[in-house]
Amino acid sequence: MPLDQSFVGRVYPPTPPYEVGREKIREFAEAVGDANPAYTDPEAAKAFGHPDVIAPPTFVFAIAFKAAGQVVDDPQLGLDYSRVVHGDQRFVHTRPVRAGDRLSVTTSIESVKSLAGNDVLEVRGEVYEESGEHVVTTYIKLVARAPEKES
Amino acid sequence: MAAVIAYDDVAVGTELPAQSFPVTRDTLVRYAGASGDFNPIHWNERFAREVGLPDVIAHGMFTMASAVRVVTDWTGDPGAVVEYGVRFTKPVVVPDDGTGALIEVSAKVAAKLDDAARTVRVDLTATSAGQKVLGMSRAVVRLA
Repeated sequence: MPLDQSFVGRVYPPTPPYEVGREKIREFAEAVGDANPAYTDPEAAKAFGHPDVIAPPTFVFAIAFKAAGQVVDDPQLGLDYSRVVHGDQRFVHTRPVRAGDRLSVTTSIESVKSLAGNDVLEVRGEVYEESGEHVVTTYIKLVARAPEKES
Repeated sequence: MAAVIAYDDVAVGTELPAQSFPVTRDTLVRYAGASGDFNPIHWNERFAREVGLPDVIAHGMFTMASAVRVVTDWTGDPGAVVEYGVRFTKPVVVPDDGTGALIEVSAKVAAKLDDAARTVRVDLTATSAGQKVLGMSRAVVRLA
């Protein structure tokens, strides 16, 4: 059964703040083999005009995806997560995520579509710093493949 | 200090230095730990095959993070990346053969968007084993 269109626009409660640490940024940058000093050296980051080390552009995904769990696990929506693959991913930054940020995500359902029997769900995450400053908007598109027919 | 690439010095068609990123099982275990994505399709060959994959595959988000390095290494300041989006078209298959896979990324300036904001659109191409692994891969970058 296709997902219900009436869920478009549904907004979920903001998540408790995630505190971005310098060492977590370093760990992430090392895991993607990225030696850019803006991720590990506060002085290098300051030379680029940032108050502290910044995180790579995709770092915030883990925080936004965890918040998107509210949608994935929403029993009323009824998404079959065992059939879900990550279709598209997009980030729109107001500014880079940086060490010391306390980030809260407000998740909403951006769109629900049915394409060739697949459910396509786009989840938007508005990521704010505790001060109220907008940091980044994330768009996670999840594709739930149609159940395979027995042949 | 802002980004080291000046808006006035780039034109539509300007190519960014291409890069290749090797991926082994070790890379994926490390990325799983750092990102918190422990889906077994990224480290457990038996599980991957059971769900119909040819072998263990890289995290899509790892491929996305690797590809944008072509942009951030070009600008110097990673904070120059204002927008970044991709479509995951094919998985990067990572065999346990001591070599793994290679993600090859090229990019070029596709449009100059805003003279006042000094933003350009960079289109990226990412392939592995001859297959395009990212589609619609685009970044909006603020230059100096």
